[in-house]
Amino acid sequence: MADSKPRVKVPKSAKAGEVITIKTLISHKMESGQRKDKAGQIIPRSIINKFTCEFEGAKVFECDIDPAISANPFFEFTAKVEKAGTFKFTWVDDDGSTYTDEKKIEVN
Amino acid sequence: MNFTRRKALGLTAGAAALALNGFKMTSAFANAEDTEKRIMEFSGSKKPEAGKITLTAPEIAENGNTVPISVSVESAMTGDDLVESVMILAEGNPNPAVATFHFTELSGQASATTRMRLAKTQNVIAVAKMKDGSVFSDIKQVKVTIGGCGG
Repeated sequence: MADSKPRVKVPKSAKAGEVITIKTLISHKMESGQRKDKAGQIIPRSIINKFTCEFEGAKVFECDIDPAISANPFFEFTAKVEKAGTFKFTWVDDDGSTYTDEKKIEVN
Repeated sequence: MNFTRRKALGLTAGAAALALNGFKMTSAFANAEDTEKRIMEFSGSKKPEAGKITLTAPEIAENGNTVPISVSVESAMTGDDLVESVMILAEGNPNPAVATFHFTELSGQASATTRMRLAKTQNVIAVAKMKDGSVFSDIKQVKVTIGGCGG
C-alpha cells in the first residue's frame, strides 16, 4: 500500500533521564486474510507485520504484528531519553515495502 | 416408516442443534489448546505466574474491530530486572496471536498500548517474559457486541 502515511508524536524536548511517551499511527487497511469478497473468495492477507523504534541506532521498542491488530495500527510506548538525538520509526509491510519516519528530540 | 410432520420437524431441529453444539465445542477447545501451546512455546515450557503484569482492556467492547488494550509490567528495566517481551493472545479469534512487544533498557518502562480485533466475547491473555527467565501472565474477559474479523 503506497498510500500508507505514518504519523508520530514525540515531545519536542525532555529532561535527561526522563521517560517519555511516544504515539504512532500509520494508515493501513490491515487485511486479515479471514474476510471474503462478494464472490466468496478469500481476500488475501496484507498487513504490516513489524514495527520498530530506534534511537540513534539502538533499539527502543519492537513489535511483531499479527492480523488481529486493527486497521490503521496504533502503538503507544515509552522511551528513556538520556541525550538529544533522533528517533527512527520503521513499519514493514507484508509486500516487503517499508515506511519510515524520524523525529528529533532536544534535551535540556 | 410413518413420519408425521411434527415428528420430522422436531428431529431435524434436534439434529441441527446437536451439530451446532458439537461444532462450537470443538472449535473453542482447539483454540484454547492452541493458545496454551503458544504460551508454552513463548515461555520455554514454563507455567506463567500471576502478578507483576497488568492487562487493561474494556469490559464490554461495542465494536470488535478496534478494542483498545494496554499492558504494563512492573520492572526497573535495567540489568537483570528487565522485561524482554510481552505476548498478547486472544483465545477466541481464528488465530490466537495478536502481537508481541519487545522492550529494551531504552524503553524506560515496559508498557504499551495498541488496538486489536476480537471476533467474539473471549479471554485476552498477556504473557511477559523477564530477562531472568521468569514468566508472568494476566487474563481479561472482553464482551464483544459486534465481532471484528469479517466473514
